[in-house]
Amino acid sequence: MIELSNVSKTYGSGESAVHALKDVNLRVPKGTIHGVIGLSGAGKSTLIRCVNLLERPTQGSVTVDGQEMTRLSGSALNQARHRIGMIFQHFNLLTTRNVYDNVALPLELMGEKRSVIKERVLPLLEMVGLADKAQQYPAQLSGGQKQRVAIARALASKPNVLLCDEATSALDPQTTGSILELLRDINQQLGITILLITHEMEVVKSICYRVSLISNGALVEDAEVGDFFTAPVTQLGREFLNDFLQLTPPKELLERLEAAPGPATHPVVRLTFSGDAVSTPLISRLARDCNVDVSILQAKVESIQDRTLGLMIAELLGSEAQTREAMDYLQSHQLQVEVLGHVQRTS
Amino acid sequence: MSSALVNLILQATLDTLYMVAISGVISTLVGLPLGVLLYATRPRQILAQPVLNQVLSIITNVGRSIPFIILMVAIIPFTRMLVGTSIGINAASVPLTIAAIPFVARLIEGALNEVSPGLVESAQSMGATPWQIICKVLVPEARGGIITGLTITLVTLVSYSAMAGAVGGGGLGDLGIRYGYNRFNPTIMLITVVILVVMVQVFQSVGDYLVRKSDRK
Ligand SMILES: Nc1ncnc2c1ncn2[C@@H]1O[C@H](COP(=O)(O)OP(=O)(O)OP(=O)(O)O)[C@@H](O)[C@H]1O
Ligand SMILES: [Mg+2]
Repeated sequence: MIELSNVSKTYGSGESAVHALKDVNLRVPKGTIHGVIGLSGAGKSTLIRCVNLLERPTQGSVTVDGQEMTRLSGSALNQARHRIGMIFQHFNLLTTRNVYDNVALPLELMGEKRSVIKERVLPLLEMVGLADKAQQYPAQLSGGQKQRVAIARALASKPNVLLCDEATSALDPQTTGSILELLRDINQQLGITILLITHEMEVVKSICYRVSLISNGALVEDAEVGDFFTAPVTQLGREFLNDFLQLTPPKELLERLEAAPGPATHPVVRLTFSGDAVSTPLISRLARDCNVDVSILQAKVESIQDRTLGLMIAELLGSEAQTREAMDYLQSHQLQVEVLGHVQRTS
Repeated sequence: MSSALVNLILQATLDTLYMVAISGVISTLVGLPLGVLLYATRPRQILAQPVLNQVLSIITNVGRSIPFIILMVAIIPFTRMLVGTSIGINAASVPLTIAAIPFVARLIEGALNEVSPGLVESAQSMGATPWQIICKVLVPEARGGIITGLTITLVTLVSYSAMAGAVGGGGLGDLGIRYGYNRFNPTIMLITVVILVVMVQVFQSVGDYLVRKSDRK
């Protein structure tokens, strides 16, 4: 439905040129929800703005619904944009129009008749749960309500595609949840393809099927959400995941952690396991088969879509040979083992 | 006070209102589109035309930097051509209008500048044409600032019309100079000043009221 091929975008030229996008390839199939995650300044907004040509790519092609966007201009481009809805971090509602008239705006722009507009706007307000607020002005609404109005407005022209630029970043977690739920409903009930960008893993986890990781203008990872959350390929991906899981060793442990093993140290490891490994009693087997005791410092189980992801920070108690054997054993059972450091034996 | 004098004051007040109204309306009709153009032709704006923008900007600046009293004299031939005379309230309205146009344009441009660029962007994402963006987004969203600008213009025109009047244009300024100053009649002088003050107050209050009414923030 959305296809970016070798898209590059450079702002400015010469020495001061900023390469905001570098040779980006992205395919979003019809009816799916695709997330793009990245740090601030990575080029997320530039990427999503290239889809509806708010930003014209310096190079490459952008097709939406089979139509090559970069060849369009003027009224043909405006026509194509009617089929692509967009919502923004700061909602961008007109302050001088009430809720009803805000949602009616895209239809007015298309030259629709008053009666047609009414028939379209009221059900949309119903759908986003704001039918009773039709006559209110944006200033009288909460952030979540404003975004609902913006969503209704974006859907007014019956688009096939919805672009969301940090749509929940200005909202509290609870409101974020309800907006994401609304987006999922829209995707499922209306079959609208959604491309969203965010810097929050929570958003990706909640509603995306696939996710791309953007770093310095390049897509460095593209995976199904379940895979990305269980086995990110890049260092940046792992950082996002660790931040999200908030599984960092306790401060007190970090202070004792030494980089290199000593004569009397235990390794401290971070174990990540998913799929079958979650339900296998590996810890007790370690004790039995390798003679290594496991002292669990932190543990967490997350379910990501249909997958279960387990995380653990643990100290492996045993001799050097035993603990090495234990780690090999764990790895052979599809666990990711990351040695965080070593601590002196206390007992 | 004699009834002749009262009539004189009444007539002068109406003359001032006439000059302010004529120049206010025409300068708005020209200055509003000019202000929109000054804004919309900026680089990276919806009608980006950097060269045209520079030209308009320079013309506007020149218009604004000529002292009114000099402008009034300098365009006398043009005024004659337009209204057939260089004295009276019709003649005075010409330089008033010319002076007010770039003033209005800059105030309108400033008001449009206050509209969040995000609104323009979201309208673009909906497939709005530049004309639609101007009519349905920029101008309505800037209406508070536009009314403020037009109020400032009217108030400025009141005092400029008094200046124009002083050099044979008629109106309250003329009256104040001729009777109050030349014939040393402090009562007349005071009355004209009071009327001017009241006029400014009324314009300002009405303007403020309209701004408040249009504000939905
Ligand atoms: N109009 C512009 N002119 C010049 N540079 C720009 C422009 N827009 C963006 N950039 C630059 O391009 C890079 C990517 O910006 P972009 O806004 O796409 O990042 P982002 O990932 O959306 O960041 P954030 O999360 O902060 O919104 C940044 O280095 C930014 O400074
Ligand atoms: Mg951004």
